[in-house]
Amino acid sequence: MTSFDVELTVNGLARRATVEARRTLADFLREDLGLTGTHLGCEHGVCGACTVLVDGEPARSCLMLAVQARGADVRTVEGLAAGGKMNRLQEAMWDSHGFQCGFCTPGFLMQITALLADIPEPSEAEIREALSGNICRCTGYESIVNGVLRAAGATGFLE
Amino acid sequence: MRVGSLTVKPPPFDYSAPDTLEEALFLLGEAGDEARPLAGGQSLVPLLSLRLARPSLLVDLAGITTLRTLGAADGHLALGAMVRERQAERDVRVRRLAPVLADALPLIGHPAIRSRGTIGGSLSHADPAAELPAVALVLEAELVAESRARGRRSIAAANFFTGFFTTELAPDELLTSLRVPSPAPGTGWAVDEVARRHGDFAIVGAAAMVRLDTSTGRIGEARVALAGVGDTPVRLRETERMLDGAEPADGAFADAAEDAAARLSPPADVHGSAAYRRHIAGVLVRRTLKLAAQRAREAA
Repeated sequence: MTSFDVELTVNGLARRATVEARRTLADFLREDLGLTGTHLGCEHGVCGACTVLVDGEPARSCLMLAVQARGADVRTVEGLAAGGKMNRLQEAMWDSHGFQCGFCTPGFLMQITALLADIPEPSEAEIREALSGNICRCTGYESIVNGVLRAAGATGFLE
Repeated sequence: MRVGSLTVKPPPFDYSAPDTLEEALFLLGEAGDEARPLAGGQSLVPLLSLRLARPSLLVDLAGITTLRTLGAADGHLALGAMVRERQAERDVRVRRLAPVLADALPLIGHPAIRSRGTIGGSLSHADPAAELPAVALVLEAELVAESRARGRRSIAAANFFTGFFTTELAPDELLTSLRVPSPAPGTGWAVDEVARRHGDFAIVGAAAMVRLDTSTGRIGEARVALAGVGDTPVRLRETERMLDGAEPADGAFADAAEDAAARLSPPADVHGSAAYRRHIAGVLVRRTLKLAAQRAREAA
């Protein structure tokens, strides 16, 4: 099978690798670029763990082929912290105990990043709707929703 | 399967990303049913990963700019097949000219699915439980298809969905746009569904339109279509005819709901028995007709 040169921007850096067309973007990030922060849960678009931003929009990286991302601007969880310092969303999730095992966390963080770019001060209902496609098996979601409210500067969430 | 550090899930296939529709139609014409068009990939990529589909060639349509146009002209709203669901959902022209489509789009999957998923992909995939096929029926939309062998043709939504995940499209034919006629004055629309979780495929979904006769206030025309009750989306024409000339009141909608439920033979699965689906279908027919009539009154 033919191989394809995939050149794209990941977290602001130009990256490239040569892969088969069947390579998913998730496997490309993890295996070819060594960015294992993007996690794979179900691998067929149900769990949301592999969510990344593609040209600013949230996308399931297991439902995209790497060749489809040629020329795209991709953001992964590795791009959130700057200079070893967690960003405001990460701090808020930390302060709200918004994760336990952490497996789903990268997907949640990227989906929340997209939500807050769209709606800077979302209501609890808007948060729950936006996160309905991300599955967490530990926290019961309350602390995740609280983390988003905290990141958005809302008051009145459960401490 | 894991070979060293090489992880593979989908079976091998070739890939082409043409810039023009002509080139895409040429590739599909040459390869026949060995090739599959790749739109947003939100249904096709999982089928590849689960190895339920084994095409030899994927023709990626994302680079064809003419398939991404969205606009209103000559009494129609035209959505290119590669318009992303999220884009259509945010478009004011869709909200104004096809409110039932604007209301249905947020019911599809989740934001991360809709930012990749396309109008044409969802219609061509023809999942009988999906929202857009039922909405296309109630809108009496036209689906424009093109192939190298037969050129361009327009297919009424009523003739497009021919079976379980099956459409009128030939293997070498591509859905290029959805054309939605502008609503007549005094029409109201509604869409609703019952799903286990937000974003899941509907157990049953319904879309309805009611047009009130402006002089009498009675129902001039009613349309209702259902998802999740058969091999294809279902338009309930007999039930609609019961409402012709009727007073747009609860009694008429309850009778219509009862009639609709009695006509259906819905499937049974782990999400619901046939009897449950029939019951939900009746409830949704009543609710959507009632809301559509209310909106028609407000629009008048």
